Amino acid sequence: MKQTTPVTPNPSPSAATAAEAKAKGPSTTDPTVAPEPERNRAEVIAPQGQTHAPTPVASGEHEGASHHAPKMRARDISVFYGEKQALKDVSIEIHDDRVTAFIGPSGCGKSTFLRCLNRMNDTIPSARVTGDIEIDGENINSSKMDVVQLRARVGMVFQKPNPFPKSIYENVAYGPRIHGLAQGKAELDQIVEKSLRRAGLWEEAKDRLQESGTALSGGQQQRLCIARAIAVDPEVILMDEPCSALDPIATAKIEELIHELRGRYAIAIVTHNMQQAARVSQRTAFFHLGEMVEYGKTSTIFTNPVEQRTQDYITGRYG
Amino acid sequence: MNSRAPTRWTDGSMERLVAKRYAAERRFKFFGLAAVTLSVAFLAFLLITMGWSGVDGSARTEIKLDIDFPRSDLMLDPAALKGPESAEAIGAAGLDTMLEQAAVAQFGEGAGDLFGGASMRMLGERLIEDPELLTRRVALWLPASSKADVAAKGDGDAAIEEMLARTDHRRRLNPTFLNSSDATDSSVVGIWGALKGTFLTILVTMALAFPIGVLSAVYLEEFAPRNRWTDLIEVSINNLAAVPSIIFGLLGLAVFLNIMDLPRSAPLVGGLTLALMTMPVIVIAGRNAIKSVPPSIRDAALGVGASKMQVVFHHVLPLALPGILTGTIIGMARALGETAPLLMIGMRAFIAAPPGSITEPATVLPVQIFLWSDEVDRGFVEKTSAAIIVLLIFMLLMNGLAIYLRNRFEQRW
Amino acid sequence: MATTSGHTIKAFDEDLDRLRALISEMGGLAEHNIREAMRCLVERDLKGAKRVVEEDRKLDALEIETERRAVQLIALRAPMAGDLRDVVAALKISSVVERIGDYAKNIAKRVPLLTDIGNIEPLSLLPEMARIATEMVHDVLTAFVERDAESALLVIERDAKVDDFYNSIFRTLLTYMMENPHNITQSTHLLFVAKNVERVGDHATNIAEMVYYAATGEYLGDRPKGNDSLEAGPQ
Repeated sequence: MKQTTPVTPNPSPSAATAAEAKAKGPSTTDPTVAPEPERNRAEVIAPQGQTHAPTPVASGEHEGASHHAPKMRARDISVFYGEKQALKDVSIEIHDDRVTAFIGPSGCGKSTFLRCLNRMNDTIPSARVTGDIEIDGENINSSKMDVVQLRARVGMVFQKPNPFPKSIYENVAYGPRIHGLAQGKAELDQIVEKSLRRAGLWEEAKDRLQESGTALSGGQQQRLCIARAIAVDPEVILMDEPCSALDPIATAKIEELIHELRGRYAIAIVTHNMQQAARVSQRTAFFHLGEMVEYGKTSTIFTNPVEQRTQDYITGRYG
Repeated sequence: MNSRAPTRWTDGSMERLVAKRYAAERRFKFFGLAAVTLSVAFLAFLLITMGWSGVDGSARTEIKLDIDFPRSDLMLDPAALKGPESAEAIGAAGLDTMLEQAAVAQFGEGAGDLFGGASMRMLGERLIEDPELLTRRVALWLPASSKADVAAKGDGDAAIEEMLARTDHRRRLNPTFLNSSDATDSSVVGIWGALKGTFLTILVTMALAFPIGVLSAVYLEEFAPRNRWTDLIEVSINNLAAVPSIIFGLLGLAVFLNIMDLPRSAPLVGGLTLALMTMPVIVIAGRNAIKSVPPSIRDAALGVGASKMQVVFHHVLPLALPGILTGTIIGMARALGETAPLLMIGMRAFIAAPPGSITEPATVLPVQIFLWSDEVDRGFVEKTSAAIIVLLIFMLLMNGLAIYLRNRFEQRW
Repeated sequence: MATTSGHTIKAFDEDLDRLRALISEMGGLAEHNIREAMRCLVERDLKGAKRVVEEDRKLDALEIETERRAVQLIALRAPMAGDLRDVVAALKISSVVERIGDYAKNIAKRVPLLTDIGNIEPLSLLPEMARIATEMVHDVLTAFVERDAESALLVIERDAKVDDFYNSIFRTLLTYMMENPHNITQSTHLLFVAKNVERVGDHATNIAEMVYYAATGEYLGDRPKGNDSLEAGPQ
């Protein structure tokens, strides 16, 4: 059985970039593995569909290395709640052209780690974070970094949709307003419309901008929260189990949204649902008991993981 | 897989259990209903008794009196009544003697007792209004004296009652009750002075207690570090709320009057004392309201890049406002009804004119009620009840305002 | 990577076990058919040969059943990593085993045509060749059930022997045919029979590669073939 094309299946076309219109070579029908990002091929190699990997790396990687430094880099992060250590020496990179998924059983520290990335753990009095986290090379924990600005650059979407008890317009406009991103109402209106469009909520909401945000359905509320996060023009979006409170259709819409947002923002998503991680991400990190056990391409993690613990977890042999 | 004997749901023993449960529920409902009914009965009893005698107090007896002005001994110049010295002129005219003479002439010996200060005042007002009366003989409806008023209700002297029977009298609403101040004569007494005093005092109380209370609650809940000192503060505030109110009066006396030398019996001092009393209530209610704002809202605001201050003032406070207002209502109701501390700081004096500002001597409704209930004159009894009703109405209005505000903010959720 | 413990959902384990059992059953049936066909050939047993042809239908039915179960497993259990590789391997192996069964049927069909071939040397070599080939099938399917990549590799090495047998039979039959043109028809049939058995060996190595991938997640590189005339040049 010769290997001409890597087993990693070829992606189906996505709408995000024009260059992504071409499907690559023979595609497998494996439904559980995430499509490889089409991003780099336009930049890296001859645009017509590749039938062989440019440099056949052992695992058949044909995405190519990311051409820029990672957006955020975490090194040896440990988190202590009082005496108890919740995270141990986690090191990871978040790139801005990929979705990075964090999976693992309950209580393994993935949400804790996510919250380190925008310093939300600062709000917990007993939490202590050690290690370095950098965004674009700047250390986020240094005293020169304004945590409020950081949280505008690194936005967050939470598990349970939590729109402000204000109108839809106000929900989205609040962030830009407090950061002074708009001069005048016309500009603010523009920002609101742009954010709602990007979040896929404009058509449903444009006639109801003054209605309360909490009157929307669960899926719409979550999209509103995403629009709210986008409105302040972040560089990174962190999502903490964004679909766990939603029904399958709303979940699918959010996943599609994540796919569309991918090129514009670096996205890190924590999820309990392995199929979701497989569908949505290009890189996956598996956390277990506060350690990051394995980090690699999503397709590899889900077809041939290196660590036994990873294999046990994703095949359902855990516990 | 599990083999056990199937539960006999229709067994006799099961049915007995079910019947016992139903009986217990019925008993509980009965006791609940009984408790509610009892409370409502007490409330109704209070309102009805107060209302009954209060209504009486808001009306007065008027007697028709024939006065022959040209023939009387009145020394009054019609021209003087038009000028600015009209009040002086009335005062010097000797209205009381003339009244007595006219009454005796019409109703017999001792009929002067039928008329009093109210009658004089009314007569004076009528004359200023229409000086032409001085040239004629007219029959005027004049308010009766307090003795006559009491007699009209069947409570007074037999002699007066008998005299009254010979007159032409009626009962009418007493407007002076609401727009005059304390007096020694119960027929001219009114609660306007006390009302204004209460209003000014409550204003001072709220102006001090509300901002300080709310901001303290915000600080303690959101910004203060959690250590032994803040625990101590929390315990102290909780205890303050339970301190007997008269101690605040002592504090007011010692600090505000003796050390700080503020004007005695002024709404300013009363307000300061009551503010000390009300603040802990607001702080406690405020803290609970702030605690009950779900952390998801805070997280959401922080996630968008709001600073701590912005989170508190843009998001937490608006949501906590209904709870804070509830606490304010409770505090306000308590402050409205406080008598003891205000007595201690001297708001028990006899104030005949309503206060002009917060630094002039004043009295408040509860103190006024207390003072009147001490009076010997029978006429004050019904006035006391009427004042109680006014106090209740005032409290209802203020609570209504606060509840309206609270409901308005509650809708936003 | 060997599995350490069972799935949290026990029914998943049962489904996987049933799939493996089906593959084992198919393998056993296929081995039996080859042995039977070979026996009938040597003993000229026409009735036995007919039975082998009918038995093949069972094998076809088993293949359909295996495929159905595998598809169901993928749809309902969403297997990942090692489990996924196992299921995909099972799917492919079942069609290969069915092919092996078809070879047995093919051999059985030629039995009536070889009744008067006489006792020639190839005829005595064939049972031994078939034995090795069926052992290869047996061992490789055992390796699949036990997810044993090492045993799978060993099976691959034995294919060389089968190929050697084939080469020798090929040369002998060629000589036989050149000696006496009367022999051509029957020799040709026998040649086909030998080729079928050689194909069984090749299929067994195919299965071994699938077993190796299922067990380790890696692909075997080009494997050396014993019969590479392209490399060796004209014989």
